[in-house]
Amino acid sequence: MIHAFKKVWKPYVLGMLWLLGLLWPMLGVHGDGTLSFDTTFTVWGYIAAGSLVCLAVYILNAGGSLKFITNPLVKAAENVKTSATALPTWIWIVLLLIVACIYPQMAGRYGTDVAINVLLYICLGLGLNVVVGLAGMLDLGYIAFYGVGAYTYALLNTVYGLGFWVALPFAGVFACIAGCIVGYPTLRMRGDYLAIVTLGFGEIIRIILNNWMDLTNGPNGILGIDRIGIWLPVFENGFTFEHFWVKKLQMFYYFALALAVFTALAVNRLNFSRVGRAWESIREDETAAELMGVNTFIYKLLAYATGAFFAGLAGAFFAARMKFVSPESFTFLESAMVLCMVVLGGMGSIPGIILGVAALIALPEVFREFEAYRMLIFGATMLVMMLFRPAGLLPAKRMGTRGEEKEG
Amino acid sequence: MNEQPILELKNVHAGYGSIKALKGVSLKVMAGEVVAIIGANGAGKSTTLMTICNVVKAEKGEVWYNGEMINKISPEKLPVMGLCQVPEGRRIFPRLSVEENLILGAFHRNDQAGINKDIQHAYDLFPILGERRKQHGGTLSGGEQQMLAIARALMTQPKVLLLDEPSLGLAPIIIQQIFDIIETINKEDGTTILLVEQNANLALQAATRGYVVETGEITLEDKASALLENPKIREAYLGE
Repeated sequence: MIHAFKKVWKPYVLGMLWLLGLLWPMLGVHGDGTLSFDTTFTVWGYIAAGSLVCLAVYILNAGGSLKFITNPLVKAAENVKTSATALPTWIWIVLLLIVACIYPQMAGRYGTDVAINVLLYICLGLGLNVVVGLAGMLDLGYIAFYGVGAYTYALLNTVYGLGFWVALPFAGVFACIAGCIVGYPTLRMRGDYLAIVTLGFGEIIRIILNNWMDLTNGPNGILGIDRIGIWLPVFENGFTFEHFWVKKLQMFYYFALALAVFTALAVNRLNFSRVGRAWESIREDETAAELMGVNTFIYKLLAYATGAFFAGLAGAFFAARMKFVSPESFTFLESAMVLCMVVLGGMGSIPGIILGVAALIALPEVFREFEAYRMLIFGATMLVMMLFRPAGLLPAKRMGTRGEEKEG
Repeated sequence: MNEQPILELKNVHAGYGSIKALKGVSLKVMAGEVVAIIGANGAGKSTTLMTICNVVKAEKGEVWYNGEMINKISPEKLPVMGLCQVPEGRRIFPRLSVEENLILGAFHRNDQAGINKDIQHAYDLFPILGERRKQHGGTLSGGEQQMLAIARALMTQPKVLLLDEPSLGLAPIIIQQIFDIIETINKEDGTTILLVEQNANLALQAATRGYVVETGEITLEDKASALLENPKIREAYLGE
């Protein structure tokens, strides 16, 4: 055990010195030119002590000294695992749905608001999953289609007075068409080149939204978009239908939930269909897929269009909820966020992506009290996640291992 | 031989950018034959197969298959016509199961019963694949992956099967197995086989006829047995 400590003290000291070098300019150099040291050393001391404890526990565990604690824990975890797999999947889905349905009754306005955000991002994440997780094309401009969907509803509503439900399919289809327009010239490329080109196209769409003053009102955005309207039966004077605006956030939550469920079902069906298999073959080896008779161009375009379609639907919901759209909601950072959710959750895995979205939306909210350290914790969590679970929180079973990686 | 060849290349030129890999390759494959193309590294063997499948575009010359010129036909339509390639380095789908790999081979087919029958046939031909049907393709050994690649290609119900270096990186005993199976496929199913190999000895033993490719040109064409006897070939490719 002493031997084990001897092995690691050098990298530990080096790492802590490196952290100090990183921390001091951030905490110790002030805008007015003064320098301070005490805050840096307090924060650094906490981190150093914390990681020393973690290191000690890790070494003790590796040496087997903590067996009396870990053994029962491992056993308990195994028990939970076996009982979890004993229950069929549909029970889990039903439980999750029940929780999702009663959630807004329990949570306040703020909680519901965050949950709506999660649901819309689930829709986006699952859409991007079709492109990145199934067809294996890295898309860095995905949020543009979200923007196209949002602006489609915004414009159809404010200019032509179309209601939400009439405009919703248009939002999906227009995003789809935008996907094809972007996809057609770019999909001849592979890998890194494709990523750069999609990044460029994403920016092009955002800049068009920003600069086309006549149509989109530029950076000022479009105001006064209608909420979702529904017709409900009323029995007061016989049987008639009356029109309501969905004003309560809770009501909107259920529509967003319906959208997320629809997306999850659709993506699940696609995943296990002939089309899904074709996408996966393209991800695995494009040339081989071509030689086996898969029309790679059409299927890649289809993946792109499908992903864009779901983003367009989510965009329309976003516009209806905010009642306002502006180009700054559709920056590259948002594309990167959605991509992070997909990768963090586990590419190709629907439950994984749902978890990834929930984690990445909820985490910054939970740590809101820590103010400045919020994004630091966010970044550190992502780093640790990718180090210890590179395949994602809940990796898809079929994506788990490649040939060169050994199972387990 | 007056009959029409099932596959014919007429003075085919192809390359990658400014590099000319094929400088006028002409060859004929008759129905039911096993034809071997042998040659050194970089002679243009694999490019020949890739050009037949139009993955590499022919700059000049014509490729004829079954009485039809296929220069302009895109690669994914060829399996429908009965022309399928097992590419170099196997290129199976590593994160799909063995069974899914086979199902993808039958991508253009709609006869579910026939597909199931052919999957069973593939498992009869390669029992090890049947044992590992649920395993990821990438977790198979090299020889098993080669078998999977051949089985996957057979799922397209090919009339002509193009095999690119089936012996690449395999142990001698596995290579022998693979070549036995190639012979079976040719004899029992009547599939025409065009075989590209560096291992000239093995390829010529399995083949009826052979072509020798050097720097993008066919330099010799003969019966396989005659090529095996040819002192030049023995010196250059059989290491004597």
